[in-house]
Amino acid sequence: MSKTSVLILRAAGINCDEETAHAFRLAGADRVDPIHINAFIQGRRRLSEYDVLVLSGGFSYGDDLSGGKVLANEMQSKLMEDVETFIGDGKLILGICNGFQVLVKMGLLPRTEPGGRRQEATVFYNDSGKFECRWVYLRRNPDSPCVFTRDMPETIYIPVANGEGKVMLASEEVRTRLGPGGHIALQYINPPWAGAGVAAREITAVPAGMAAEGTAGADDGEATGETPYPWSPNGSVDAIAGICDATGRIFGLMPHPERYTHPTHHPRWTREGCREPDGLHIFRNAVNHVRGAQ
Amino acid sequence: MTFEADDTVETFALLKATDDEMTQLSRDGMLALNLEEMRSIRRHFSALGRDPTDVEMETLAQTWSEHCKHKVFNGVIDYVSGRNTERIDNLFARTIRKATEDIRRAKGQNDHCVSVFVDNAGIIEFDDDYHLVFKVETHNHPSALDPYGGANTGIGGVIRDPLGTGLGGKPIFNTDVFCFAPPDFPYGKLPEGVLHPKRVFKGVVAGVRDYGNRMGIPTVNGAIMFDERYLGNPLVYCGTAAIIPVDRCEKSAEPGDLVVTIGGRTGRDGIHGATFSSIELTDASESTATQAVQIGNPIEEKKVLDVLMQARDRGLYRNITDCGAGGFSSAIGEMGQDTGAEVHLEKAPLKYGGLKPWEIFLSESQERMILAVPPDQIDALRELCASEDVEASVIGEFTGDRRLRVTHRPDAAGSRITVADLDMEFLHQGVPRIVRTARWDPPDHPEPPTAGRPGAAQSLVRLLSSWNVASKEWVVRQYDHEVQGGSVLKPLQGARNDGPGDAAIVRPVLSSDRGVIVANGINPSYGDIDPYWMAASAIDEALRQVTCVGGRIDRTALLDNFCWGNPDKPDRLAALVRAAKACYDVAVAYGTPFISGKDSFYNEFSDGERTIAIPPTLLISAICVMDDVRKAVSMDVKAPGNSIYLVGRTRDELGGSRYYGMLGFVGRNVPTVDAAAGSGTMNRLHEAIAQGLVAACHDCSEGGIAVAAAEMAFAGGFGMALDLDAVPRDPDADRDDTVLFSESNSRFVVEVPRGREDDFEASMQGIPFGRAGTVTGEERFLVRGLGGDEIVSTELSTLKEAWQRPLRW
Repeated sequence: MSKTSVLILRAAGINCDEETAHAFRLAGADRVDPIHINAFIQGRRRLSEYDVLVLSGGFSYGDDLSGGKVLANEMQSKLMEDVETFIGDGKLILGICNGFQVLVKMGLLPRTEPGGRRQEATVFYNDSGKFECRWVYLRRNPDSPCVFTRDMPETIYIPVANGEGKVMLASEEVRTRLGPGGHIALQYINPPWAGAGVAAREITAVPAGMAAEGTAGADDGEATGETPYPWSPNGSVDAIAGICDATGRIFGLMPHPERYTHPTHHPRWTREGCREPDGLHIFRNAVNHVRGAQ
Repeated sequence: MTFEADDTVETFALLKATDDEMTQLSRDGMLALNLEEMRSIRRHFSALGRDPTDVEMETLAQTWSEHCKHKVFNGVIDYVSGRNTERIDNLFARTIRKATEDIRRAKGQNDHCVSVFVDNAGIIEFDDDYHLVFKVETHNHPSALDPYGGANTGIGGVIRDPLGTGLGGKPIFNTDVFCFAPPDFPYGKLPEGVLHPKRVFKGVVAGVRDYGNRMGIPTVNGAIMFDERYLGNPLVYCGTAAIIPVDRCEKSAEPGDLVVTIGGRTGRDGIHGATFSSIELTDASESTATQAVQIGNPIEEKKVLDVLMQARDRGLYRNITDCGAGGFSSAIGEMGQDTGAEVHLEKAPLKYGGLKPWEIFLSESQERMILAVPPDQIDALRELCASEDVEASVIGEFTGDRRLRVTHRPDAAGSRITVADLDMEFLHQGVPRIVRTARWDPPDHPEPPTAGRPGAAQSLVRLLSSWNVASKEWVVRQYDHEVQGGSVLKPLQGARNDGPGDAAIVRPVLSSDRGVIVANGINPSYGDIDPYWMAASAIDEALRQVTCVGGRIDRTALLDNFCWGNPDKPDRLAALVRAAKACYDVAVAYGTPFISGKDSFYNEFSDGERTIAIPPTLLISAICVMDDVRKAVSMDVKAPGNSIYLVGRTRDELGGSRYYGMLGFVGRNVPTVDAAAGSGTMNRLHEAIAQGLVAACHDCSEGGIAVAAAEMAFAGGFGMALDLDAVPRDPDADRDDTVLFSESNSRFVVEVPRGREDDFEASMQGIPFGRAGTVTGEERFLVRGLGGDEIVSTELSTLKEAWQRPLRW
């Protein structure tokens, strides 16, 4: 089997690099290096050393100007040639939360035309007007070419934490291209209890420590046409949570899969028992893709 | 870009000053030095035959401030209670510190303390590789003037405490506790110069949110208290825990080491912070003291953290501390206490030009750390900092002469100009001790009449809707409580992720299942009756919450944070004495040592006509190491058919309770603590949880059994049926409302899985407990009273809505 090398790009204000590195190690990556962007700008290191480029979450440069904008400009003006070569070599790019904002503002997502440089979308302030941290149900698009979400369960449960997570598109024309291209890899959906009363409807309650592994069935969220706040937490067009490019090898999402890589991350593990963490799939898919591709 | 300082240095004409003139000098210069202290300084300089410079005077004022020197706690107090007078020489040493010393001695081999009271934060053992660092601070005065900026730099400041402990800890979580006046306080009654409490609330939350989230430190736990007496002085407690490699806890500075400032630049924000927070606020403070509030920049601090962790692991420095109150003067003054230091002020990078030498030396601008760097490591440190765009500047060196010498740029002749030359001994030990009087007059608050009280169901709904009890989800969701990927028990729990958790748990080492539990205990209302029992109850509450989630008190350590009014007033000081005595008694009885703490006095506001003093407020923060987080228990009920137990004895202790508060009374019977019984209960409950006999556990605090049980029910989404007759209680707890709403300590509502009742009861032998109900499949909360009648039958949705509505902003 080939070695898998993952670069977690660090920059001022990036703050999810360590847990993202941990997630890739859990997923079996052979080498995971969190390295500061200056090392690449100054030529001390090369992107070409790696198979996967990861832009993790945080507040790069304080999100001054807007979320991810300064880092996007820096990458465009100082590293774009290397990034294009990296993409051209068939390698993978993952952006999580702030990293997703960066990829969108660099014009790498959704990039409906391979090689296109036009910024077709943005990620704007939440409709709620504030930073919010909560777990969200996502529906995976089975028709998406996205490498990272391949073979995952149809419903995925991971947390989101941001103040600027509202995906907006440049035009209706961009929107019409997203569907057929399978660009919308993940959408927010309602939780299983949406519209019900207070009760723990459909939740097979299992006392802590007495659950058979993964017996509870709470994660059967339903895809509906409209996903209201707070289940679609920021007001994204078409409840978009994650987008990939036309090749499926560049992928970004607002929620944080690295925050569900241990059974006790789940907000209800004490009542529903421990099970295989959803977030880990995304990192395994990346590692497995690299192994298969080499 | 570099900026030039203003070279002006003035001298204080102290040698010839009269007492009146010295008092005037202190007041006009916001030095917060009393006459006795001014006289000491004059004596010192008379012997030297010269007047002090402004740099010297300001350095002494900041170093000797209550904020830095804790003169009240370390001073002499004549405590008068009834006919007895007790002279207490150093209250801190005889209560808080003595508790820790006695506990550590008694625990012997099992002592888990590593470093207590000496560093910027306390340290306890975590595992073979790491120790745990914890500190809680206050930023009250700045938050009163500028809620966003004050709270922002409050959290920024406390993060630098663990970072400046040992050779630097890596922050793993924040915890925040706020005290405000009620958000619906009438605008018309607002005193001049006071911001409306809703604005203060929103500003403080935003300030903490924006700093903590940007730093990538999860805010996992907290509390918010409301009382009209916080109108002029809101309280903002910010806490940070960190992990530190076991071989990075020792520090020293050697003569010849370079003084290096790293991180932010020095500006005029944060001038006189230490002295400003050592005096009362007035209606003029907003215009005279705003320069005392710093301006935060979390990204700068994150960059500093990133490089410091690398520099620490490479051994590039020998000592580190943060620039907090007093800025360079206290950071360098303290680090060089045993060696001496020479500082070259013009080498400090400035935010802008025009700062005078004393301003550079005293500024409390944020995001600055001071390092002692061996000369042979400076190039490596500079290179590391440059690689991540962090500014590092050598601004002096540690000497061997035990003097603090501050120099400014060379004059025309090329020799350096000395602007301060202070003896370290005088600077740190020269402050005269003050004798204060404390006088305890027990208050007498009438009990409310028993006639005309609202019914149990109505009272429960009203309590759930009260500011103090209501859901704080609006706040909690604005904090990132998941970042760093170690979340185990979140602040919001249950079937819909919205029930109020007791303590939070994080796994700081991602490859390990070992966890850290954090909890807070606070209830200023009890202090209206007796601050002794307020302090005792705060400790009990923090330990209850640790127990609820699966922690054990013998692996727990405490922090104390006292926020008080003016200690020169004998009643305020007596309250402090009583609270400190309880800290000793109860901490020793539970065997839980204090490892660090803080005090904030002069939390009084005056507009010339009236004075608003905060109620004496003690926050007890608990931290506990949990071997296996998979044993953790949350507070939401899990399944119909499970049994509900009441553990711990209920007494007629409604004094200071939320229920009496709702009726408009304080009352007499304040909750007491029987720590011998309490520790028995907590230890047994820990065992039961470890054995898997507990499905859910919630402690009884504000609102008593009724609120605790209702919260468990609507968080879990299942109904509950309780029978008060089965609640273990004293004979005089003979009314339904007493049993439902009394806030007796050391009590828990416990859900036990169906079929495990016998095992649970066997494990609790000798502890007061009663099987008082069951979890039901109906969405109702039912209570049968002592007389056998159904006194509450309310839809869960009604209760939950009552609890969620007030702060659904």
